Amino acid sequence: MSDTVLFALEAGLNGLTVGIMYSLVALGFVLIFKASGIFNFAQGVMALFAALTLVGFQTGQVPFSHLINAIFGAHVSDFGFTMPAFLAIILTVVVMVLLALLIERLVLKHLVNQEPIILFMATIGLAYFLEGLGDIMWGAEVKRLDVGIPQGMSSWVDETTYNLFGYGFYIDTLSLWALLIAAVLVTGLVVFSQYTKQGRALRAVADDHQAALSVGISLRFIWVLTWSIAGIVALVAGIMWGSKSGVQFSLSLIALKALPVLILGGFTSIPGAIVGGLLIGVGEKLFDFFMQPVIGGATENWFAYMLALVFLLFRPQGLFGERIIERV
Amino acid sequence: MLDNTQDGYVTADGRQIGPVVLELKNITLRFGGVEAIKNISFDIRTGEIRAIIGPNGAGKSSMMNVISGFYVPQEGEIIYKGYKRAKMAPYQVARTGIARTFQNIALFEGMSVLDNIMTGRMNLMKSGFLSQAMWWGKASREEDEHREKVEKVIDFLEIQHIRKTPVARLPYGLKKRVELARALAAEPQILLLDEPMAGMNVEEKEDMSRFILDVNDEFGTTIVLIEHDMGVVMDLSDRVVVMDYGKKIGDGTPDEVRNNQDVIDAYLGVSHDE
Repeated sequence: MSDTVLFALEAGLNGLTVGIMYSLVALGFVLIFKASGIFNFAQGVMALFAALTLVGFQTGQVPFSHLINAIFGAHVSDFGFTMPAFLAIILTVVVMVLLALLIERLVLKHLVNQEPIILFMATIGLAYFLEGLGDIMWGAEVKRLDVGIPQGMSSWVDETTYNLFGYGFYIDTLSLWALLIAAVLVTGLVVFSQYTKQGRALRAVADDHQAALSVGISLRFIWVLTWSIAGIVALVAGIMWGSKSGVQFSLSLIALKALPVLILGGFTSIPGAIVGGLLIGVGEKLFDFFMQPVIGGATENWFAYMLALVFLLFRPQGLFGERIIERV
Repeated sequence: MLDNTQDGYVTADGRQIGPVVLELKNITLRFGGVEAIKNISFDIRTGEIRAIIGPNGAGKSSMMNVISGFYVPQEGEIIYKGYKRAKMAPYQVARTGIARTFQNIALFEGMSVLDNIMTGRMNLMKSGFLSQAMWWGKASREEDEHREKVEKVIDFLEIQHIRKTPVARLPYGLKKRVELARALAAEPQILLLDEPMAGMNVEEKEDMSRFILDVNDEFGTTIVLIEHDMGVVMDLSDRVVVMDYGKKIGDGTPDEVRNNQDVIDAYLGVSHDE
């Protein structure tokens, strides 16, 4: 095989693993959009907040330490213990569920039956609030996140590809884990929504609120459930991104990359979010690889959005979205 | 004449009607300055088919929404099974054994007929989400039991052939039937039907009438229905409430209502010359 093909293949594979990260963020969007028709602008910040909280628990940081120090003139920073990763993850899940409960109580409950745009604005507010809260609680510096997922070059992939093609691919082990975890997560979500009572209730609410009420489904419970699941998905995304490039506030900007993913995959499709993320990940790497000599670098910044624009022109419902049919 | 003692009465066709199960007392419902329901009282007895009729805009659907908890009246009380009902959300009302259908069909369009009807049994399922995850076997056995009940409802309403079809693809008449099936699957004590035959042709109306009678007969379900087709109403119902401009203008057996001067005026119009 020629070198170009091999390099392209390697770039594509790396794109796959970046793509799955986009997918994880997009998945959170889809879950909430399906259940309540709300486009949750705060999904990316939720991933950031979850990652910050996880690191905070793991390293035994005192929450609001800057605030406490400033007001009381104290000098607290950490509790002086570290927490095993699994315990910290469980505690973070609890925090995300509490967050979902609070969002329902304080925001959604008061905006029932409002226009989607108003709920969207509310989630923008929520995004800024959470970003600020994360800052005050855990501090703004970049943090290292390590929950024990192996990192660095996967020697297995390197050796296998070297034996096959005479050229070893560089693939991060973390990315392979991300793929695996995403697969498990999606399988779990599908099983949950297809085969459990609550899953059926969730689909029912997503379909018709009035009908759901009439068969005895509590909308508020379902909303808390959806936001909790979205919070957990955000935590997974936060762990992945955080392990890769450290927990930093630019993490919330990844949410923007999830937008073209959603346009590609469709706003209401879980498989769509996954496939859309992968397509964009692979697409932007390959585009960069082939077009760099022609139009220069940094195409990754805009390729996804351009692809989304093309989709909006020719297939606005996305690859897997429900067809938009307007009856006259 | 009706025997209005607590024990109920016997209908013309010989069915025994039981005591009052739901009583509405002095219900008033306002939307801003508009009174949709003005001080209306009536009762519903166990096992009877109770119709609410009246011209368009009379407040019939509002009444249905009050009973099912979608609207909360400003005044009056609802006595259900002997107890005054506290202010409740619609889903809580559904859990007390009151199922309903809607005038403009409210089904889960993206789900199959079977899944739609399964949602009707939501409140009868015990396993929660965590126990379902932990005791998969027990939960799936429970699912099977409910599935069996749902299949019975499907047989009963003769919709076997569309079990797996997504609801969005069904014609109007069948959608109405699926909605009835979903309500029935909940095994309700009271079934509220808001214009179950609107927009149907004669044949479909006959089918639906037969189903309503069968449901009442076989399961002893108390049925409250709103219907415009006078022939159907007079045939089906044991007692009829007549509403006009939010007020109750008649209440009694179909024969009594038919001969009530106020009702005749409301339907045929009144000459104002004299």
